[in-house]
Amino acid sequence: MEPIYLDNNATTRCEPAVVEAMLPFFTEHFGNASSIHAFGSEVGKALKKARAQVQALLGAEHDSEIIFTSCGTESDSTAILSALKAQPERNTVITTTVEHPAILTLCEWLEKEGYIVHKLKVDKKGRIDIDEYKSLLHDRVAVVSVMWANNETGTLFPVEEMAELAAAKGIMFHTDAVQAVGKVPIDLKNTKIDMLSLSGHKLHAPKGIGVLYLRRGCRFRPLLRGGHQERGRRAGTENSASIVGLGMACELAMQNMEKENTEVRRLRDKLEKGILSQVTHCFPTGDPGNRLPNTSNIAFEYVEGEAILLLLNKMGIACSSGSACTSGSLEPSHVMRAMGIPYTAAHGTIRFSLSVNNTEAEIDRVIEAVPPIIAQLRKLSPYWRDGGPVSAEQAFAPTYA
Amino acid sequence: MWEYSDKVREHFFNPRNSGPLEEANGIGDVGSIQCGDALRLMLKVNPETEVIEDAHFQTFGCGSAIASSSALTEMIKGLTLDEALKVSNQDIADFLDGLPPEKMHCSVMGREALQAAVANYRGEEWSDDHEEGALICKCFAIDAVMIEDVVTANNLNTVEEVTFYTKAGGGCAACHEGIEEILAKVKASRAGPGETSPPPACPATPEAPKPPSKKLSIVEKIKKIEEVLESVRPMLQRDHGDVELADVQGKKIYVHLKGACSGCMMEAATLGGIQQKMIEALGELVQVLPSSHMPVEA
Repeated sequence: MEPIYLDNNATTRCEPAVVEAMLPFFTEHFGNASSIHAFGSEVGKALKKARAQVQALLGAEHDSEIIFTSCGTESDSTAILSALKAQPERNTVITTTVEHPAILTLCEWLEKEGYIVHKLKVDKKGRIDIDEYKSLLHDRVAVVSVMWANNETGTLFPVEEMAELAAAKGIMFHTDAVQAVGKVPIDLKNTKIDMLSLSGHKLHAPKGIGVLYLRRGCRFRPLLRGGHQERGRRAGTENSASIVGLGMACELAMQNMEKENTEVRRLRDKLEKGILSQVTHCFPTGDPGNRLPNTSNIAFEYVEGEAILLLLNKMGIACSSGSACTSGSLEPSHVMRAMGIPYTAAHGTIRFSLSVNNTEAEIDRVIEAVPPIIAQLRKLSPYWRDGGPVSAEQAFAPTYA
Repeated sequence: MWEYSDKVREHFFNPRNSGPLEEANGIGDVGSIQCGDALRLMLKVNPETEVIEDAHFQTFGCGSAIASSSALTEMIKGLTLDEALKVSNQDIADFLDGLPPEKMHCSVMGREALQAAVANYRGEEWSDDHEEGALICKCFAIDAVMIEDVVTANNLNTVEEVTFYTKAGGGCAACHEGIEEILAKVKASRAGPGETSPPPACPATPEAPKPPSKKLSIVEKIKKIEEVLESVRPMLQRDHGDVELADVQGKKIYVHLKGACSGCMMEAATLGGIQQKMIEALGELVQVLPSSHMPVEA
């Protein structure tokens, strides 16, 4: 049985064309781009091409606005720490409660260091309150950092509008767009976004390569200092093979953008409808009307996510969950808690994230596989009896709840 | 994904004794929906013999929660209640050929469920003292609540002391930042409002203490050393170990670690903890070394 990969928000398969483009940079084009000789200049040309490919996908005005980094997390840290370092008179960061740990853990540490962090709350569909946001924009804010699309639910934030509002008050705006790049059209030159993070492995490039987009003129302080690479803004010898791979992946993403928003969206919708129509007591989380075309996050009540994943895995189906157990923490996903999803449902959330590589036949197999798995686990659950949740008077209320 | 043993997988994919047990006369409900694990254990107990004739479970939880519930019912069937109560969470994990520490911590609810079910059968009230916090030390599965309690009760100030008392931080050392945070938090609450002090760091080398008012005679010194060893002995004995003074040579104190302490992977941490106490008691920098390090007489 061929395995089915529906965990593309975690990571994607490196496209064969990407691997092929990379291979010469491990062998004949092994040179250091900084070298004067022919070995170096070949690599230098390839980096220039890759930078232009990334620039095109992001719609950046200048290719020098593209800084290659090692990953999305590095780009995020660089952006926020730079904004604070470059503007010592400003001590506040505005972000949201549903950001990726790459932002949230950094912000927690900044709070310990004495900075002020405002985390915008979300409603039960994962949407922020734009009026609350407006009220927080003052002259002590160094940077606003808001994700373009949520990794768990796919919900899109109005980052372009938010960047306009920040710019009007002279505040820098950063967006963690690792989930959005390649899935939704982006045209940075026509926005007020100052900084954007992307991660190669989320769009069929290899792991270990990322980009920080830095708008020309945006004040900047590097995270890594050393050599003159990336115009002194990110020292360290360029990861040339991966940069070339990312360039190719960006070109492919441009070509696939249409398909992503038609065919992938259709398959995602078919999958979601197929499951919701067969399984009771489950619902999609986030804002189904305004989300990435490839993501469906479904909360199955009264069952636990890791158990679902193990049974799906046995059927050759790979996806992920927001349950506490899969993260090794004591609580379910912070995104589900921020939206006020009850614990009985939050532990049973399953994220299906598709890519252009998924087929109709695969989706049909998943629609068939999920309902019996949920039924099997509900039969084991003390919260479930005779085809429905246990009634209020017999409710399962264990000690130390 | 977790590294589950084949036996865990087998019990998860084919759980034994699952579902309601209509003739149950002892039911224990434990767990927490917040943590994502909850277990109902149902026992059919023979009132004459107190033998558990049948045991069923219903579990909301992850793979190891379901597997450990299944294992528990298999283990206790045929036992008397008193025999069954001796089954510990560790026994359940051993039956399943081990569990990852994170899972041991949160998903093995067997002992609590047994106590609750037996109490229910006997018509007793059962309340759980089980409290859990975020897992700090992954090598020894020690959580934040445990560390905080021990730090508060024993007035601890350094990561080394925490390791000595709880083992937390004695393995890979990756959790030392987390332990330092707990120490700082407890210290802040101890100091009360207005008296904040910087968080304690983990010193690479012991700090030089204040010089003693007068130099100790060798007899006084040995006496103090014995007092320190006496004070740590109960803790070592709790872990089935012991310690004995071997020799004192200048600033080097040699000790025999005995029983479970000898050859234990925590030996260095244990000696480090004793050394810290020696330095405090003697008012001078000394080294505590295992007797195997004693120089051989020429």
